[in-house]
Amino acid sequence: MSKQDRFKAVPMPKQPPEVRIRNFNEVALGYTEEQAIREAERCLQCREPQCVKGCPVGIDIPAFIKLLREGKFREAIRKIKEKNNLPAICGRVCPQETQCQMNCVLGKKGDPVSIGRLERFLADWEREHGVEIPEKQPSTGKRVAVIGSGPAGLTAAADLARLGHEVVVFEALHEPGGVLMYGIPEFRLPKHIVQAEIDYVKKLGVTIKTNAVIGKLFTIPELLKDEGFDAVFIGTGAGLPRFLRVPGENLCGIYSANEFLIRINLMKGYMFPKWDTPIKIGKKVAVIGGGNVAMDASRCSLRLGAEEVHIVYRRSKAEMPARREEVENAEEEGIKFDFLANPVAFHGDEYGWVRKMECICMKLTEPDESGRRRPVPIEGSNFFMDVDTVVIAIGQTPNPLIQQTTPGLAVSKRGTIIVDENMQTSIEGVYAGGDIVTGAATVISAMGAGKKAAENIHKYLMNKK
Amino acid sequence: MFKIVEKKELAPKIKLVRILAPEIAKKARPGQFVILRVDEKGERFPLTLVDWSPHEGTICLIFQEIGVSTIKLGLLNVGDSVLDLVGPLGRPSEIDRYGTVAVIGGGVGTASVYPIAKALKEAGNRVISIIGARSANLLILEDEMRQISDELFISTDDGTKGYKGFVSDVLNMLIGKGYSFDAVWAVGPTVMMMAVARVTKSYNIKTIVSLNPIMIDGTGMCGTCRVTVGGETKFVCVDGPEFDAHQVDFDELIKRQRMYLEEERKALEKFEKQLSGGNSN
Repeated sequence: MSKQDRFKAVPMPKQPPEVRIRNFNEVALGYTEEQAIREAERCLQCREPQCVKGCPVGIDIPAFIKLLREGKFREAIRKIKEKNNLPAICGRVCPQETQCQMNCVLGKKGDPVSIGRLERFLADWEREHGVEIPEKQPSTGKRVAVIGSGPAGLTAAADLARLGHEVVVFEALHEPGGVLMYGIPEFRLPKHIVQAEIDYVKKLGVTIKTNAVIGKLFTIPELLKDEGFDAVFIGTGAGLPRFLRVPGENLCGIYSANEFLIRINLMKGYMFPKWDTPIKIGKKVAVIGGGNVAMDASRCSLRLGAEEVHIVYRRSKAEMPARREEVENAEEEGIKFDFLANPVAFHGDEYGWVRKMECICMKLTEPDESGRRRPVPIEGSNFFMDVDTVVIAIGQTPNPLIQQTTPGLAVSKRGTIIVDENMQTSIEGVYAGGDIVTGAATVISAMGAGKKAAENIHKYLMNKK
Repeated sequence: MFKIVEKKELAPKIKLVRILAPEIAKKARPGQFVILRVDEKGERFPLTLVDWSPHEGTICLIFQEIGVSTIKLGLLNVGDSVLDLVGPLGRPSEIDRYGTVAVIGGGVGTASVYPIAKALKEAGNRVISIIGARSANLLILEDEMRQISDELFISTDDGTKGYKGFVSDVLNMLIGKGYSFDAVWAVGPTVMMMAVARVTKSYNIKTIVSLNPIMIDGTGMCGTCRVTVGGETKFVCVDGPEFDAHQVDFDELIKRQRMYLEEERKALEKFEKQLSGGNSN
């Protein structure tokens, strides 16, 4: 291998932009065996690996990469699964560039090892060659209720099941998976892959009960008292959409990102009328926000046939919270970016449909608590943009259903659930993790929280009389 | 899967189903609703809980066949199942001893006010019910409503039964005759609730309406069902479905309800073609 190769990542084959904007199929196509081995060979196998420190679930990254390049794919995926029950998902949607790959020594001079792509390769390889179900600990006779089947809940459930506990997951929607199912689009995370990883969790002995809204069907006190659970994990996520709270926001054609993505991903609106749920897309779409959800919504809009799609973001490109890879994908596909602009009102026609968006120009000032420069409006700079569809993707807040129906549960001013260092809430035996604790964050950080909670729930159950 | 154990046609295109759902039956309260998905490709849509029996483990729903989803539900028979059923959702009605309460049901909305009327009666209120429909043959739950009402009035748009006119006209007439109401509940088509609100506003009578916007998840996630109430955006699924009628922006609600008319028509055409033996794709 030449020196140059060492610092250059093997590129990931992708659908070309002009093809992929006409379909909902996965954009990144994945490494072949040969490509994966070539990429794995770049790893320096550091004696003190920095990458592992960046992994919220602590995967032994050099070990799995070593096995991979030796062609021992089965052993390699086994190594990953010691820590991560959902590798096909993480390999696709983890922000590796700010986690494991950010710490990679090779990254100082060139491209870091594409750890995520290698994880994805192994998970996909295993799915095609037969998924192994690991040994489980003998039954403890303890029962745990997990609320929410997103990344936090699935991880906690899988780990607890492997430790020998009986686990029932309660999911409010008709499909398990949470944000993996309703939020992230097919072209970034195919639903059959999520399904396969959920099937794996089920094979570990986890029962998933869909259509069960905790707080309505059962409350947490009822789960503990009447339904015979010894502990509860709350992983209900940040499911409530934030709106701009500006005039005209309830006009027809203005969606929350949640509604837009639920119609498309969960209800398969892009297959209307084969599937019954419609989604309406106009000619000119504005997506408000600069995160991954905004990228997803804008790219969905193109695929649904929009002629022109703008991302309108109140800060500048440097402050966008979206993954760089997703921004690049969006740019390649022809999404237009309008930075330093913020909607102040929407104007509609006589039928109540949005027709114009009124924005104000912004300028950046001193950094705020997030460390990013704070945007402030420039007075008198209002301008109008013709739009017929708007998607508001400015973040989500915690769903308050559980908090409202669980007396004694300590909640922060932001509505998140307060936990101690062991992820336990103010109620004994009730744990929480993921976005419901931190506010909207990433899939992998939710998985890390689920993992930590599972360890502590296990300790709690085994010490409990 | 949730099995249908009873099915009845109450009026042309208005059907009743009783479904096995023991956990929901145990928790249901007047004013709450469920969300159904009939089959894999189906929409999620809300229906008010009309009746429930914790003892038998069943819930009762009444619906009018107006689009693909409700027609699909109407095609199911006893022994068939709906794929998904979630509830009870929304806040229950605030049942209290108000005194004299007018309970008004328009069209299939009568099914939605029935459990509320029943609970109000049980709470010791004097219940004056007004139920209406376009025509006599579309009137539902007359006997059931009569049983739990101190007085029952009927109106039809075409005058084929009871008073000719709208339920709001009857309410106006009763007030004119000297009836005094401490509260009014009205459920039915949005224009009807709007008309009732207009009548009661002038007399300053507390009026509750149950809104039925387009809804998807029913747990506060999507914001599809948002309405403006008293100048603030509320989600019908979690903040409602009942609101103070005098605070609701009905115009906005009606516009938002019509958002997918074109698609709904298209889907219905395709579905009807399919039903009559055409291509299933």
